[in-house]
Amino acid sequence: MTCSNDKMVAGASLNETEFFKKQTRVALRNCGVIDPCNINEYIARDGYAALGKVLTEMSSEDVIQTLLDSGLRGRGGAGFPTGLKWKFAAANADDQKYVCCNADEGDPGAFMDRSVLEGDPHVVLEAMAIAGYAIGATQGYIYVRAEYPVAVERLQLAIKQAREYGLLGKNIFESGFDFDIDLRLGAGAFVCGEETALMTSIEGKRGEPHPRPPFPAKSGLFKKPTILNNVETWANIPQIILNGADWFAGMGTEKSKGTKVFALGGKIKNTGLVEIPMGTPLREVVEEIGGGIPGGKKFKAAQTGGPSGGCIPAQHFDVAIDYDNLIAIGSMMGSGGLIVMDEDNCMVDIAKFFLEFTVDESCGKCTPCRVGTRRLLEMLDKITKGQGTMQDLEEMKELCLYIKANSLCGLGQTAPNPVLSTLNYFYDEYVAHVKDKRCPAGVCKDLLSFTIDKDKCIGCGLCARNCPVNCISQTDYVAPGHKLASYVIDSSKCIKCGACMANCKVGAISKK
Amino acid sequence: MKSLAELQAIKDKTNQELGTVEKRVLVGMATCGIAAGASPVYDVLANGVQGDLAKTVSVKQTGCVGICQYEPVVEIYEGDKRTTYVKMTAEKAQKVLEDHIKNGKVVYEYTIGANN
Repeated sequence: MTCSNDKMVAGASLNETEFFKKQTRVALRNCGVIDPCNINEYIARDGYAALGKVLTEMSSEDVIQTLLDSGLRGRGGAGFPTGLKWKFAAANADDQKYVCCNADEGDPGAFMDRSVLEGDPHVVLEAMAIAGYAIGATQGYIYVRAEYPVAVERLQLAIKQAREYGLLGKNIFESGFDFDIDLRLGAGAFVCGEETALMTSIEGKRGEPHPRPPFPAKSGLFKKPTILNNVETWANIPQIILNGADWFAGMGTEKSKGTKVFALGGKIKNTGLVEIPMGTPLREVVEEIGGGIPGGKKFKAAQTGGPSGGCIPAQHFDVAIDYDNLIAIGSMMGSGGLIVMDEDNCMVDIAKFFLEFTVDESCGKCTPCRVGTRRLLEMLDKITKGQGTMQDLEEMKELCLYIKANSLCGLGQTAPNPVLSTLNYFYDEYVAHVKDKRCPAGVCKDLLSFTIDKDKCIGCGLCARNCPVNCISQTDYVAPGHKLASYVIDSSKCIKCGACMANCKVGAISKK
Repeated sequence: MKSLAELQAIKDKTNQELGTVEKRVLVGMATCGIAAGASPVYDVLANGVQGDLAKTVSVKQTGCVGICQYEPVVEIYEGDKRTTYVKMTAEKAQKVLEDHIKNGKVVYEYTIGANN
């Protein structure tokens, strides 16, 4: 290759982008690198070597100890230590135990698990077999949403290939260990991502949660000891076995080890899937990896944890992302959705959006969640329409705490979080909606009004021609220096679509 | 699978096969890539690499590399050299096939560097 050619290809590779350089890829190491439909390519990158090592060299206690030492915590969101979960399940003697994979990814805007399943399906199979050996289970189930047809197809193919190679089935590596995996397709109910509801659904019943204890490690699927881990958790395990607990524990913060995958979205230049070491400051994720906010707008908040999480406001922009720090500031890690918001986002509207989701997805089994979230949404709706009172704000907070304390499962216990965290950090915005009947971000339609500055208007009529409800008409007033009479909006007919403002060439129309 | 040696043999054989390929062309075909239009891109590249060319060039599908707004993505690995083509179409793929894959000339204007 000549020098000039070298120069020409500088910047031609993803490796050279800030987006990629700042990442550490453990769970995603094979995504976009191997052909997911070819088991040999997985094996070529040390695939199934961890399972081989476990079955030929390690006792089940060794495996669990390695996981405990690594400090791996569940990537589904709650962050329970994975090794501890396995230890509990291993300690419960029974003739049959189960290993389950939670691939029921349901947070709006999150697609971490889908990417792993589609890009590296074998890693999940290998890790589940390792868990089977560690706790003494012979059967695994992957609960995956039917809305992920490509992931389902690649998992089915991966299971078939692993069976053909004898990496699933009887007497794997002649160790006497048997393990097999089946898929179970979920119909997309959000609550089925909750562990007890997921297992109930695998059993063929309606996906509803039930109280814990007993915890699944004691009585889970078909009332047998069961462990359930999230896709991303599984994707870390073979690497921990191969590279050792110290290697993994060397990444991250004191109590949150390793890396975390985030689906970066919202008002950000580089949307995408990123894997960063725990403890990376939020600012670095947004400004350097994410490339900042487009259009020079100001960072307002980042939402993590989806409908169960909260907002991180600008004053906490430098927070080091790990489980405990996020909880401390009223949000949570969640499964990894990270939505960036700028000054054009209304926080009341955001809270309403997530609550609409949980109201839809509440299974209805317990009253605090079924009725409580509905009442909460009605109050939010009132506020966004300018009909709220200060008393509503007080009552909302009280209701939030009541729902959290009394709901049966994680869905209801976390559903008020988006409301609580916005009430906490953006109380002013709520007050503006209630007292001033004003939406500071200009999002809540019922509180908006569009007006034409009669002295700026040149009377071209573009606004009137583009108005879908014909509520703009010409006046008799001709501004000094202009030839044509200005226009005016009849706000009683206006549907606040903003078409007039978008079409005005002289910026004479404003909303407030 | 009976032994670690058997696993190692598969690994060695696959790595050897991958090593004989001069250009490894990967088309990002997770749901996101397919939705953005990766299938026609893959077809152009896979149909274009036939006969003798297929001995030194492999065209494979792969998962999501994580750069949503640049999909469909095609990456070409030549040893350690990695070239990332973004926002691909069937027409762009045809040019990459002719210029880069057949003649070794990087089509810079379609790479991530030129589209950043």
